[in-house]
Amino acid sequence: MRLRVMKRSVLYVLAVGYAIVSLFPLLLMLISSFKPNVEIFTKPLAWPSKFSVVSYDKLFVELNYSKYIFNSAFVSVATLVILVVCSVMVSFYIARFRFKWNGLLFFYFLLGMMLPIKLGLVPLFLLVRDLGLINSYWSIILIQVGAGLPMAVLILSGFFRTLPSELEEAGRMDGCSSGGLLVRILVPLMKPAIGTVVIINFIGVWNDFFFPMIFIQDEAKKTIPLGMLQLFGEFTTDWSVLFAGLTLSSLPMIIIFALASRQFMDGLTAGAVK
Amino acid sequence: MEDTPTAGAPPRNGTWKKHLIHLFPVPAILFYTLFIVYPILAAFTYSLFEWKGLVMGRFNNFDNFIRLFTQEPYHTMFWRALRHNLYYFVVEMVVQNGIAFGLAYLIFRKIKGASFFKVAYFLPRLLSVIIVGFLWKLILNPNMGILNAVLRKVGLESLTTAWLGDPDTALTAVVLINSWFAIGFYMLILLAGLQSIPEEVMEAARLDGTTGFRLIRSVVLPMMFQPMVIVIVMTFIQSFEAFELVFAMQGSTGEPFYSTDLLAVFFYRTAFGGNSGDTGSLGIGSALAVVLFAIIAIISAVFMKYVNHKETA
Repeated sequence: MRLRVMKRSVLYVLAVGYAIVSLFPLLLMLISSFKPNVEIFTKPLAWPSKFSVVSYDKLFVELNYSKYIFNSAFVSVATLVILVVCSVMVSFYIARFRFKWNGLLFFYFLLGMMLPIKLGLVPLFLLVRDLGLINSYWSIILIQVGAGLPMAVLILSGFFRTLPSELEEAGRMDGCSSGGLLVRILVPLMKPAIGTVVIINFIGVWNDFFFPMIFIQDEAKKTIPLGMLQLFGEFTTDWSVLFAGLTLSSLPMIIIFALASRQFMDGLTAGAVK
Repeated sequence: MEDTPTAGAPPRNGTWKKHLIHLFPVPAILFYTLFIVYPILAAFTYSLFEWKGLVMGRFNNFDNFIRLFTQEPYHTMFWRALRHNLYYFVVEMVVQNGIAFGLAYLIFRKIKGASFFKVAYFLPRLLSVIIVGFLWKLILNPNMGILNAVLRKVGLESLTTAWLGDPDTALTAVVLINSWFAIGFYMLILLAGLQSIPEEVMEAARLDGTTGFRLIRSVVLPMMFQPMVIVIVMTFIQSFEAFELVFAMQGSTGEPFYSTDLLAVFFYRTAFGGNSGDTGSLGIGSALAVVLFAIIAIISAVFMKYVNHKETA
């Protein structure tokens, strides 16, 4: 019995130990952002002697931080809307109608899961340039829609197949067209699958800095990760501002996660394991 | 072309409306083909041409590939970066996925507060890689960073070093930071795998008195074949296309002295800057992309084939 208790406590020590490793840097980032610079260096581990929001003030006033937030929000929302509409339509077609080519179509989209688009960067850059989309939000949005499609099609067409076809027959009896059927009957039933697609891609698009770095040079259109890149160039000696910037950049995602952590985690594994 | 109607197919007494359904896949095909499939296929073509800046020159066969493997500095950079990628992959497999499995198993064994631990382990995964990079750069700063401050405080002054500035420790530091970021995600996949093991199997093993490491080795791991291969393939792909973290922390030359240079970083530098003054760099960059793509595709295909083989066997 004593051995059992001891074994059990070892498990807890390990669990708590790694929780500290996992959370401590985040906590440090949060706490340091409220400290004046001197305190960050002299008492790195201590609680701030008084909470100061000077650094946050600086971010919004000098760096126009709200602009980055707006840009990131716009790019993410536009990407998700277009991605969901496109992937629902194509998945409906693949899963519900049996034409000669839709097996091939499904396979065509699946292939994309193995294609690291970063490796197509050179042609992609020339393509975006020729389309006149350098410095436009749409460069990022359209690339992210394309990159998100394979996983979205996999998840959504799998889900379409699980819905009973009687629903559709009933709808057709009432004179629904395919489009009406999709919008009025099927989409409301697909909320969990659509939620998964939204979550997976939201994390990716919001946090991405690779494509914005390549395609957005215009200061007014930069997203949060690019803003961070610039922050680090300009404020290398003001650690408090740096920590405030890091905290603020991570906050939106963490807040959304706090509200829906279950869906986040279930959704992510659904995408990965299926 | 004759459509075969299924349960849900449109009625055949149709108007033009029934053909509208064929337009449904069009936007998705368009975006996906234009922005994903075309650039990757085009990279193959680009690799066979000479480039002058951003302008395509004449066809020059496999010259770009030959230069990549024989000409300096490409030759040295390629093999060094490949070694770094392999090291990156191995450390991730051992440290990151080892810890991820341990944590998944802890939660699987139903410790109290499991949902808290799940959230706590997953949280870093929500940050942008660039934020992860900067955050750790501040923590590991040799003079003012907290890690060295703590080491000094507990009397381990001799261990303090410029973690990211020393060629001996820089790559390891970067891989471990990436592991810190990614562990929660792999833990979730492995946990899903553990939870799919039928309860009866675990019960039967316990009745036989199988516990501890023997339980894991002879019951749990064999039942988790598929999720583990998924984890291996994903780790492999991610380690071979790794770019952002090194770029954010160590710049496009993989400082110090190229000690953190990875293939994707080398690719970025060759195609877009860094090794400037070289007229052929876009072609060589494309050749490198093709080589990297081949490595990823072949190894993943072999793994996947192995899974299918096992499944049907």
